[in-house]
Amino acid sequence: MATVAGTMAAPTAEGVVWSWLTTVDHKRIGVLYGVSAFIFFLIGGVEALLIRAQLAVPNGGVIDPELYNQLFTMHALTMIFLAVMPLGAAFFNFMIPLMIGARDVAFPRLNALSYWIFLAGGLVLTSSFFLGGAPDTGWFAYAPISGGTYSGSGMDYYVIGLLILGLSSLAAALNFAVTIINMRAPGLTMMRMPIFVWMTLIVAFLLILALPVLTVALVQLLFDRQFTTSFFLPSGGGDPILWQHLFWIFGHPEVYILILPAMGIVSEVLPTFSRKPLFGYAAMVFAGVAIGFLGWAVWSHHMFTTGLGAVPRVVFATSTMIIGVPTGIKIFNWLSTMWGGSIRFTTAMYFSVSFIALFTIGGISGVMHASPPVDQQQQDTYFIVAHLHYVLVGGAIVGIFSGLYYWWPKMTGRFLSETLGKWNFWLMFIGLNMTFFPMHFLGVAGMPRRIYTYDEGLGWEFWNMFASVGALILAVGVLVFVINVARTMRQPKTAGDNPWDGSTLEWATSSPPPEHDFDAIPEVRARDPLWYDRDHGLSQPEGDPDEHIHMPPPSYYPLILALGVLMLGVGPLSHLAVTALGVPVIIYAIWGWVLEPTE
Amino acid sequence: MRSSRSLRRLAPIALLAIALALAACSDPQTTVDPKSDFADDIQFVYLLTFWLGMAVFIGILALTIGLAFWYRERPGRVAKQIHGNTRLEIVWTLIPVVLVVVMAVPTWQVIADSSKPAPDDALRVNAIGRQWWFEFQYDLDNDGEYDDLITANELHIPAGRPVTFSLLADDVIHSFWVPQLAGKVDMVPGHVNDLWFTPHEDAARAEAYLGQCAEFCGTAHANMRFRVFVDTPEGFDAWVANEQADGAEPADELAQLGQELFLTPVWTLPGGGGGILGCTGCHTVAGAPGAVGKIGPNLTHVGSRSTIAAGILDTNFENLVAWISNPDREKPGADYNDDTARFMPAFETVLTREQIEAIAVYLLGLQ
Amino acid sequence: MATAEHHVGHHSVTGIDNRKLLMWIFLGSECLFFGALISTYLIFKADIPAPPISFIEAHTHVENGHEVVTGWFPVDRVIDDVYINEDGTFREVEFAGVLDIPITSQSTFVLLMSSVTMVLAVYGAQHGRLLSMKVWLLATILLGLIFLGYQVYEFRLFGSEGLTLETNQFGASFFVLTGFHGTHVFVGVLILASLLLASFRRSGLGPEAGFHVETAGLYWHFVDIVWIVIFTIIYLIPA
Repeated sequence: MATVAGTMAAPTAEGVVWSWLTTVDHKRIGVLYGVSAFIFFLIGGVEALLIRAQLAVPNGGVIDPELYNQLFTMHALTMIFLAVMPLGAAFFNFMIPLMIGARDVAFPRLNALSYWIFLAGGLVLTSSFFLGGAPDTGWFAYAPISGGTYSGSGMDYYVIGLLILGLSSLAAALNFAVTIINMRAPGLTMMRMPIFVWMTLIVAFLLILALPVLTVALVQLLFDRQFTTSFFLPSGGGDPILWQHLFWIFGHPEVYILILPAMGIVSEVLPTFSRKPLFGYAAMVFAGVAIGFLGWAVWSHHMFTTGLGAVPRVVFATSTMIIGVPTGIKIFNWLSTMWGGSIRFTTAMYFSVSFIALFTIGGISGVMHASPPVDQQQQDTYFIVAHLHYVLVGGAIVGIFSGLYYWWPKMTGRFLSETLGKWNFWLMFIGLNMTFFPMHFLGVAGMPRRIYTYDEGLGWEFWNMFASVGALILAVGVLVFVINVARTMRQPKTAGDNPWDGSTLEWATSSPPPEHDFDAIPEVRARDPLWYDRDHGLSQPEGDPDEHIHMPPPSYYPLILALGVLMLGVGPLSHLAVTALGVPVIIYAIWGWVLEPTE
Repeated sequence: MRSSRSLRRLAPIALLAIALALAACSDPQTTVDPKSDFADDIQFVYLLTFWLGMAVFIGILALTIGLAFWYRERPGRVAKQIHGNTRLEIVWTLIPVVLVVVMAVPTWQVIADSSKPAPDDALRVNAIGRQWWFEFQYDLDNDGEYDDLITANELHIPAGRPVTFSLLADDVIHSFWVPQLAGKVDMVPGHVNDLWFTPHEDAARAEAYLGQCAEFCGTAHANMRFRVFVDTPEGFDAWVANEQADGAEPADELAQLGQELFLTPVWTLPGGGGGILGCTGCHTVAGAPGAVGKIGPNLTHVGSRSTIAAGILDTNFENLVAWISNPDREKPGADYNDDTARFMPAFETVLTREQIEAIAVYLLGLQ
Repeated sequence: MATAEHHVGHHSVTGIDNRKLLMWIFLGSECLFFGALISTYLIFKADIPAPPISFIEAHTHVENGHEVVTGWFPVDRVIDDVYINEDGTFREVEFAGVLDIPITSQSTFVLLMSSVTMVLAVYGAQHGRLLSMKVWLLATILLGLIFLGYQVYEFRLFGSEGLTLETNQFGASFFVLTGFHGTHVFVGVLILASLLLASFRRSGLGPEAGFHVETAGLYWHFVDIVWIVIFTIIYLIPA
């Protein structure tokens, strides 16, 4: 292929390393997301175990307070931005084109760029541990403690890291919004889309609209720290509460960004293993949309103790409680999906069924502190820690594990061991309940969050030790998953196209799918298309074996552009010359990107 | 059958868990043993949401387990292809709507009640959060000046009389929380937040109600605690009278030496590498000449307080010596930020152990 | 042909090109970005404290026999306070707002005109009138640069009157808001300049010239509309 002046030759897929570095295949990018995010998940888990080790006994001496404050801050940042969000992105990447019957996402190179920028942001955040200390003000970085006077260089890593990660998420969200709106197979109307695709679309729009608000807040914080403005600093006339508003206008939609993908996964797994369609499909879609909308009207419930007036407290309490309605609809519809079914209890189904109960616990405790008076006792106590972990571990992580077991045969052609899977499930289930349920009791007994030490005699000893033991069991459960994955890699590829008798389009192609996903673009005649075909004796179109299906060639430019973005970000943290060097890299990458032939 | 057996086995465990959860009522910092009108209101809404939540949870848990068990794969079972049921779906849209209304109305009521201005006869106190201790300033004569009585980390209030707090902060955000007396309200720099409540008539007791900073505020956040003593009206008046008196004069020679050391304005570092301010650079002892520092806690009656260092050490000779020698060892972070010059230096670098002991004796005498 | 169907940007359920859809959704995101910046400005607008005496002394000049202080407030503001000099004497000063509405109206007009020339460039590109496209692209770029020139002038003027990022919340939110808008204009200029440069290649902008210019135009018009909002909120609505 002739090269355009000044650009590189298109990479060839010869070397294994280069083929991964330059890939634009959504499935490979999904794998990259998944592997990176899982490694960050393990790092975040180690951070959590250190926290639990410190809190296991009163006046614990495992780690000093400075490190403790870095650990709980980084545990949140790692789990939210580097584990749960990108694990969701891994599923979006791998599954969405398959589920909508497309051969790739709308912008394959942009997709690769999202991943490489995510990796850059993750490395910036995590490297802060070794470069002068990690951020230590909590992931919410309330001013003025996040200002220059009260916190160190870790907060600069926080600002830069989150700005870079925001760029990555924005690019990915734009890509998936366009892909879902524009790239669906013939016949796949919006109201025939699998619920997982719907939830992805809602998540994409939440990201697109929430991230810019965080970006503005971070930029203003950066200016406060570096350029002597006083947006949030009362000493210069600024207002610390403004930061809280901006942060939570982003932060609450972020909660739904974390949980909706898991709700989508569960909405796929339950029908497949109950062998019947999802109960109340339309209600599920509208409930998801309603949660997405209401998510914008509740942010101040994170601020009930900050001295909001009576009227805002009444309004935000009410809007928050109302979110219980669409959530309740979802729970009842999941339950009714099992009703009258013939349920196969695979590991994926174990996780999905337990999701319903565990998420319900997090939902109910959430409605409790939707009431501002109750919140005045529970805010910033372990009751909130219990609540959010039931939503994020009992909800998001359990949903993600369900998805891993469900789609693993599709992604690799191999089955994960069901025996190890059951061990995996029960250890995680027991471990997470032992860890997080007693935190309700601790919160009621008055134990605040984010304390590295506590005295004996406050009635907190027993349940803290209990929770720490539970955390170990939870960790062993995750370890069993790692063993299961390692083991499956040596298994033969025995999974057929549709091993679980699923109804959605990803099961219409081979396992693992070919590079071009489908030999022929599938046709959709109803909701649950494969079951419709089965029941009506129809079949999907066959591909022409001689046809050459053209796929976008691999590209160096996403990687180079991400490197430029990394240099741009690292500059303020090290030497501004790095930023200056990053600019030509970015210009070069964009130039090559635009001129690179994609046909 | 199998499930009911295992359920029976689970029952004692569940009962044990509930029993332990209820035992939380007797914990010193419990949120569910209210001792004021405001805490009572919160408790009412809490119990309402708790029992409603429990009912919903048990219902959903029973449905989840029941459906999963009943509709498990069995030979000959064919899944019914049901897509939905509009009537059912309307019903379970209405159930949460009703529950929301049941919870929302009392919530609004309590918000409205707690947002009313405090009664005119309320005791007025400024509570100021600082890294990492609390200052309390009383306006006893209702003249709008909070200068009648200044103390730190220990608050005395009379039972049965409303008390209203103006919550302030000097550096970063803190939060004022005494679970048994009131829900928390943040102390935000640049803002003034209000909180008022009336302790029950029978809430007076010798033992303190425990409070703690509830908004992350830096290294020693975990060690930023305070105590509230609810006194009988007579006991409160006696306490006020004592607090308004000047600091006690030294009772013996050792204390006399301690006072001299305490009043020394500047200490030169050994080796001549500059100096550090003495105690009076930051602390006030009313009546002691020159002891008018405002940066640290007012020590006029420090010996009468039950704890030092924001509620983490009992007030006694050993702890005072250890604290003056090296505060950072007792409370990591206490000397962490030299820039702001607000944290207490380790006096063992400039004073001998004997000198520090003398200061401790003097301080213990400040009853 | 089956292969053609896959090519990026060609398959579309809605009939809208993927790239144009991306631009529309991206502009939705930008609305929230500027929304947050404008909200910050509005929150602080009502709450800018009176300047300290040192600022008054440093930034007072005499106009028609009156002592006038500039650089602290967005628009004129009457202050009842009387300021006490160091020697104990009193003096009354007037506060003149730093914003110059006539000058900024000119730059606003320039940016509005650039939207007109942008429309003409899109028309030229879509109808194969390549020379007209190039001319109007160049005109749009020049008008964009003139607008940026006005902004640089304004920033320097404010700086000389004592209003900087750190002066007060008006300075901080004004410079960050208009600075980010200026950056958006600059990026737009870069995009249009790249299109103009590329149009001089032998293959020009290729068969999709109209599409490329139109999509860039979407961005340009958006940035223009945002300025109308900013101009209205900062300059036209009184304090």
